[in-house]
Amino acid sequence: MLELKGISKYYNPGTINEMCLFDDFNLTVNRGDFVSVVGSNGSGKTSMLNILCGSIPIEAGQILMDGEDISRMKEYKRNRRIGRVYQNPALGTCPSMTILENMSLADNKGKTYGLSRGINKGRKEFYREQLKSLNLGLEDKMDVKVGSLSGGQRQAMALLMSTMTPIDFLILDEHTAALDPKTAEIIMELTDQIVKEKNLTTIMVTHNLRYAVEYGNRMLMMHQGKCILDKAGKEKEEITVDSILDLFNEISIECGN
Amino acid sequence: MSIWISILEQGLIYGILALGVYITYKILDFPDLTVDGSFPLGAAVTATMIVKGVNPYLTIPVSFLVGALAGVCTGLIHVKCKVRDLLSGIIMMTALWTINLRLAGTANVPIFGEKSIFDNETMDGIFSGNFAQYKVLIIVFVIAVISKILLDLYMKTKSGFLLRAVGDNENLVTSLAKDQGNVKILGLAIANGLVALAGCIFCQEQRVFEISSGTGAIVIGLASVIIGTSLFRNLTFLKATTAVLIGSVIYKACVAAALKFCEPQDMKLITAVLFLIILIIGMERKKKVKKNA
Repeated sequence: MLELKGISKYYNPGTINEMCLFDDFNLTVNRGDFVSVVGSNGSGKTSMLNILCGSIPIEAGQILMDGEDISRMKEYKRNRRIGRVYQNPALGTCPSMTILENMSLADNKGKTYGLSRGINKGRKEFYREQLKSLNLGLEDKMDVKVGSLSGGQRQAMALLMSTMTPIDFLILDEHTAALDPKTAEIIMELTDQIVKEKNLTTIMVTHNLRYAVEYGNRMLMMHQGKCILDKAGKEKEEITVDSILDLFNEISIECGN
Repeated sequence: MSIWISILEQGLIYGILALGVYITYKILDFPDLTVDGSFPLGAAVTATMIVKGVNPYLTIPVSFLVGALAGVCTGLIHVKCKVRDLLSGIIMMTALWTINLRLAGTANVPIFGEKSIFDNETMDGIFSGNFAQYKVLIIVFVIAVISKILLDLYMKTKSGFLLRAVGDNENLVTSLAKDQGNVKILGLAIANGLVALAGCIFCQEQRVFEISSGTGAIVIGLASVIIGTSLFRNLTFLKATTAVLIGSVIYKACVAAALKFCEPQDMKLITAVLFLIILIIGMERKKKVKKNA
């Protein structure tokens, strides 16, 4: 279970440009939830993920992971239980290393990176099978440098790598936004499959309303640092793209757009 | 003949330094100026030990460790105090000047006549007669190749993978639940260890410790790395570490050739101009690659 309690976040505190994003923001994500988050630009979606993962500090409040306060915990320590896929496919892989080396690197998460062999030959078949499940033909390119792969291929690898070891939470930060519609579709289906298979508690930020409606069992809409819509279970299933779009328009009118 | 032997000797000794610079510059993407201080640091430690009569072969591991310690300091300044990479190196380089002077006692410590890794009964026994002129070259070659092989092996370990990853994509290292700062410190330690090792060998080859021997060491290292990696870019069978060693020999040959036509006091100017030329050639190649891509 993930909990955000009374979170306050200011940008440029103490200056004339001070901007309050979150003031007493609360959110609870239950174990096994797949939450899709939508909202306009600057509504705080990505900031919320950054706060959860520890990429940016907060001014007040508590972040609880299964009841344990992790607000002061360093980002890399939180990542032991969190997997994260970014919008930019380049952030999830190492371009100058081969596919095999990248997979081995990810496979060792949570263990020590000592002086034993970097590539465990016994695991090679396992990596091959994992890559095969992507249907991108990567299993035959194990010795190719990841830097020469396309954005979609790299994002698929990033998704695979971030969920390879046992984790509890998966954070998806617009992870299909930089991909073409066809590849985005493949990645999204793959995401759903992995989440169900591994029973991961997932938060997915997306600008694609159809994905937000189609996937997950709970949906949030954020606006100016607040949740203005939070539907789960049956209510979520009744949401349609059109009803969301109407709400979106209302927000925009408020802002004077 | 003797000029070629001298070029190879110098090239391989500075090749070990270039291996260190390769780690920081190419793998970590960290312009590390500590090198100008850690090279004479290795020499200072070595000269002090040899004057005291310690077994000369002990100077090799001790220099490496002391150099690594200097690298750790640079890393701590950068990671923990959040000082910019270039400045962290400059701070450490400046501090090391005094430390080297304090270690050695004076700015100039001759070790002629003392036992060294080149001059001792065992080595004199192995290399006698006609072989004697190749003695230094062969010993330097063996040390350089062993350093290269150990570095290659390390790069294939899990720890080595992480080191390669941190220069490539810091973000991924954090995602793997590892502190990227510690990985950087480790890389700087290994790099400066190698640089100090080069200083140790250099001091014994020259039979003297000179406080200013490190001035410009980073330029030599960078030039060697850039020559090696850009010249042999298309030869995939050649490991980058081998290319760097060869690059260092080529650089020394260029300097020797240039010195033939100039006075010794022109040395630094030649070095600077040569480095500029190498940089420009290196950039040309980069541009071409981008255009084609």
